[in-house]
Amino acid sequence: MSAANNAGTLAAAVGLAANSWGQGERPDPLNRHKHGLVGTSISRIDGPLKVQGKATFAAEFLMEGLTYASLVFSTIAKGRIATLDASAAEAAPGVVLVMTYKDAPLMKPMPLFMTAEKAAGGDNLPIMQDDQIHWNGQPIALILAETQEQADYASSLIHATFEAEPSVTDFEDAKRQGTKTGEFGGGPLKLDIGDAEAALNQAAVSIDAEYSTPRHSHNAIEPHAATVVWDGDSLVVHDASQAVVHTAWSLSSVFGIDEGQVHVTSPYVGGGFGSKTLWQHQVLGAAASKLSGRPVRITLSREGVYRMVGGRSQTEQRVALGADQDGHLKAIIHTGVVAMSRQNALPEPFILATRGAYAAESFKLHVEVAQLDMLANTFMRAPGEAVGTFGLECAMDELADKLGIDPVELRILNEPDKHPTEGKPFSSRNIVEAWRTGAQRFGWAKRSAKPAAIRDGDWLIGMGCATGTYPYYRMPGGAARITLTREGHARVEIAAHEMGMGTATAHVQVTADRLGLTADQVTFSYGDSKMPGAVLAGGSQQTASIGAAIVAAQHALVTQLLILAGNSSPLAGLKPEEVGGLNGGLAELANPGRHESYASILGRAGRDEVAVQQDAPPPLELQNWSMHSYGAMFCEARVNAITGETRISRFLGSFDCGRILNAKTAASQFRGGIIMGLGLALMEETQFDSRNGRIMNPSLADYHVPAHMDVPEIDVIWNDIPDPHTPMGAHGIGEIGITGTAAAVANAVFNATGKRVRELPLTLDKLM
Amino acid sequence: MTPFSYSRASDAGQAVQLGAMAQAKYLGGGTNLVDLLRETIERPSSLVDVTGLSSSITSTPSGGLMIGAATTNTALAEHRLVRSQYPMLTRSIVAGASAQIRNMATVGGNILQRTRCAYFYDTEGSRCNKRSPGQGCDAIDGFNRNHAILGTSKSCVATHPSDMCVALAALDAIVHLQGPAGSRAIPLTDLHLLPDDDPQNEAVLLPGELITAIELPAPLVGTRSSYRKVRDRASYAFALVSVAAVLAVENGKVTDVRLALGGVAPKPWRARQSENALLGGPATEAAFRSAAEAELIDAVPLSGNGFKVELAIRTMTAVLTSLAGDFS
Ligand SMILES: Cc1cc2nc3c(=O)[nH]c(=O)nc-3n(C[C@H](O)[C@H](O)[C@H](O)COP(=O)(O)OP(=O)(O)OC[C@H]3O[C@@H](n4cnc5c(N)ncnc54)[C@H](O)[C@@H]3O)c2cc1C
Ligand code: SF4
Repeated sequence: MSAANNAGTLAAAVGLAANSWGQGERPDPLNRHKHGLVGTSISRIDGPLKVQGKATFAAEFLMEGLTYASLVFSTIAKGRIATLDASAAEAAPGVVLVMTYKDAPLMKPMPLFMTAEKAAGGDNLPIMQDDQIHWNGQPIALILAETQEQADYASSLIHATFEAEPSVTDFEDAKRQGTKTGEFGGGPLKLDIGDAEAALNQAAVSIDAEYSTPRHSHNAIEPHAATVVWDGDSLVVHDASQAVVHTAWSLSSVFGIDEGQVHVTSPYVGGGFGSKTLWQHQVLGAAASKLSGRPVRITLSREGVYRMVGGRSQTEQRVALGADQDGHLKAIIHTGVVAMSRQNALPEPFILATRGAYAAESFKLHVEVAQLDMLANTFMRAPGEAVGTFGLECAMDELADKLGIDPVELRILNEPDKHPTEGKPFSSRNIVEAWRTGAQRFGWAKRSAKPAAIRDGDWLIGMGCATGTYPYYRMPGGAARITLTREGHARVEIAAHEMGMGTATAHVQVTADRLGLTADQVTFSYGDSKMPGAVLAGGSQQTASIGAAIVAAQHALVTQLLILAGNSSPLAGLKPEEVGGLNGGLAELANPGRHESYASILGRAGRDEVAVQQDAPPPLELQNWSMHSYGAMFCEARVNAITGETRISRFLGSFDCGRILNAKTAASQFRGGIIMGLGLALMEETQFDSRNGRIMNPSLADYHVPAHMDVPEIDVIWNDIPDPHTPMGAHGIGEIGITGTAAAVANAVFNATGKRVRELPLTLDKLM
Repeated sequence: MTPFSYSRASDAGQAVQLGAMAQAKYLGGGTNLVDLLRETIERPSSLVDVTGLSSSITSTPSGGLMIGAATTNTALAEHRLVRSQYPMLTRSIVAGASAQIRNMATVGGNILQRTRCAYFYDTEGSRCNKRSPGQGCDAIDGFNRNHAILGTSKSCVATHPSDMCVALAALDAIVHLQGPAGSRAIPLTDLHLLPDDDPQNEAVLLPGELITAIELPAPLVGTRSSYRKVRDRASYAFALVSVAAVLAVENGKVTDVRLALGGVAPKPWRARQSENALLGGPATEAAFRSAAEAELIDAVPLSGNGFKVELAIRTMTAVLTSLAGDFS
């Protein structure tokens, strides 16, 4: 690790970042710090453990007397359980317990995600408290046995009959029953500026089209799992989680105990994408453990994940754009209907990206909700933006085609100088540069403006582009503890999460640079609800949240160290803002020769370690600026002229996402997002049988995600321009890759074939 | 999974003896059967593992190949003589499943694998005549994008999912069977049954009958062949339509043609009507297209798979046109 060695010989100390993100603060010194670990390609520190099988995942915790759970699901969408015969299951070998609504302990519903600061529940229904059925796939019985095989076998012996009631499982029926305006983030998903319909009518050039996107199911490589045990009235849950503190608080509410009595850990997670929050299985596992007095491991089968863990909901979007002859937008209309269950709070907010995408004089943005009796839908990588950019960015392509303007130029032409619907200045928006460098590198100039012009044998070839965008968020709740030892080792603790993104690695890099340490002198600990903070790994906000918390803790640490250093230190008399981390200690910023190592400071003070804990300041930056990440996405698609098969031959993402902390893990995040976007474009679709609300493809054989051969080489570049108003100058980058990707594909397919497909996925029958 | 006993046969005789027990099932690589056991669709009382039986590939006196039923899909696809003399067979096998599954799967198991109809698999939540005769079929008005358009009945519209069998059908493969009542050999195209009123009956095998080998006739001299699979992603997906074709052209006339289709029927579908239309006629794209249409004239599309009719016609036409090009 040559970069790590460099850090040891730095000449310049890294001073404290301002511990406030309001107006008038100078940028984080790490923004400009070019010779440390930040920005370099360090491999994930959890990588070796994972490839050796030494990383302990939620379903791998061993416990004395462990029992294994299996679930039985309802087969109707709405009604009640008429009969439930568990006698054969109870008599089956190894069975410890059969739990149904008749004997489950008294529990409150889960606090629904976003209804309270630490609420983590995917739905707010009673869990095995009565005979009522709310969706097709609801768990109706849990079997505990000495082995997983015994539990699974016994579950096949449960016989249930149902009394169905009239249910709504068809989107058209649901719409006919009446829709209501979606509520998201405390307000309605409705925004009107000017008279957009009138402006559309008067526009010299306009397009007005309907786009649709289907349901999607979560398919993280690791199915949901938890190992659960009670110790008296205290509950320990080893979970696969992107919200350990939220989960602990929510479980305490379900079981009516103190928050401090629930301990949730989540050391490793095999992918979350918005799904690894609190669903009924953790609650059921804890209930079964309570009843049986034994530890429980509950591992959802892949089918179980499809039946119990919500996914992305279906959308129908109208996008209408009006422009003058030169291509300047006069009206942007983005409205439509999404499907949602009665027991959740996420109306797929597909207008989010449209609010800030382009300058226009009038806007009409509106999400209506149609309610169905189905599994609660939930967050899935870039909820809102992933599917909303499909509609908006295809429409931009249609407009460009109609105007005869290059699609890249049309986007640049409509670049706003401040947020078009909020009026705030942008903290950092360099999308035009991303477009220019991306177009250059991709060879966009070779694109034929005329569709269906390029052919190689049976294959029609085309290029398309689209804008990707995702907001910068920082949620309240960040906090960190730093413990610095006499050996000069720093340990950071924060209740954050590592789901494979590289969080721990990136924050080792950041902490090492801030404190003037090498990477191996820093440990980053996370994934434990007893640690400081309540940091959701969601909304791509974790990086900023952790970053701000570490800055706050470092302020406290440096203050303490200068006190401990005392008068005999070379640092005597210096204030915290006058020093910075350098070469394993502190140095005066103006005169780095004035330096004392941490070991020396602690040694003289007779201390083995010094520990500080601090909350991050509130996210004031979000009040002052409009903060977003951007991507210019380029796709080359080949479509078979005979069969309609689409194959993506090249893809490039050119990103404007602030400072990149680790080139290697960042590239993986971008690529992973793009691959998921290719799935969204070409094949992903949950087959929801509208007759009875049953998911008919609950397996990875039947639910298609891209196979290796579907994924071409994906080029990712970034402009690496730090945002002056964020910790490290960075933005979260976990979700942006999926945004804009589907539209880039559909636009490339149009360019290849002259056929405009507005309905995802882009299967071959739509292109024949 | 319901409990069962397990035994391993060392030769065909022993296998047939063990297989004669009521409710016994032969176990190949298990890539299909074990899934069906897990879903409790199959509930045998005993499994007779036949992976230890013959997996040899030898030349026959008539210049063909005899392939032991326990040969893995991978071993068959990679065999030198198969690759050189029956390249279409290799292509069909490697177009199927994944490398891991092909390493486990046997020739016998591939032939007798069961449909991938989602309603068939959904034991708890859906009705299926194949799984529970007389119950009804939820696929006919449900998701049926992957279902059949030829040879279906009012009781079942499921496809036979194999790729390998489509090539075997076009190659006039013979299936060798051994059962309690003795041995026999039948053409592969006569092995699978159409659903009619009892879709639970999928093959002409008698109770306890074992597939011991597949025989390929000598390769047809002067022919070109190809296997083309059209599917919803680039790999690891079942065929929407697949075409196995063998063609010979002399002086612009079709002198020999064997065509089989996958993904469109309850069995590997030998396209005899197309063959009859083509034999002796011109080897032109127009002739290929009208021959393909002749086969699909009987198609009964469902709500979600109407595109398969045109897709099958186009794919057949394109494959034949491309093969004919090799003769000019
Ligand atoms: C995810 C997935 C994707 C797949 N994709 C494809 C694909 O794209 N194309 C494709 O063609 N296939 C595909 N397959 C199917 C695969 O080819 C079959 O599962 C495999 O060929 C079955 O062989 P096996 O030896 O494992 O059979 P088993 O599962 O062992 O047996 C299958 C059946 O054959 C019977 N049987 C086995 N051997 C004999 C014998 N010698 N005599 C009599 N009966 C016997 C068994 O009793 C059982 O009924 C896929 C499978 C999976 C799981
Ligand atoms: S198509 Fe056949 S296998 Fe599928 S549900 Fe109907 S009867 Fe069953």
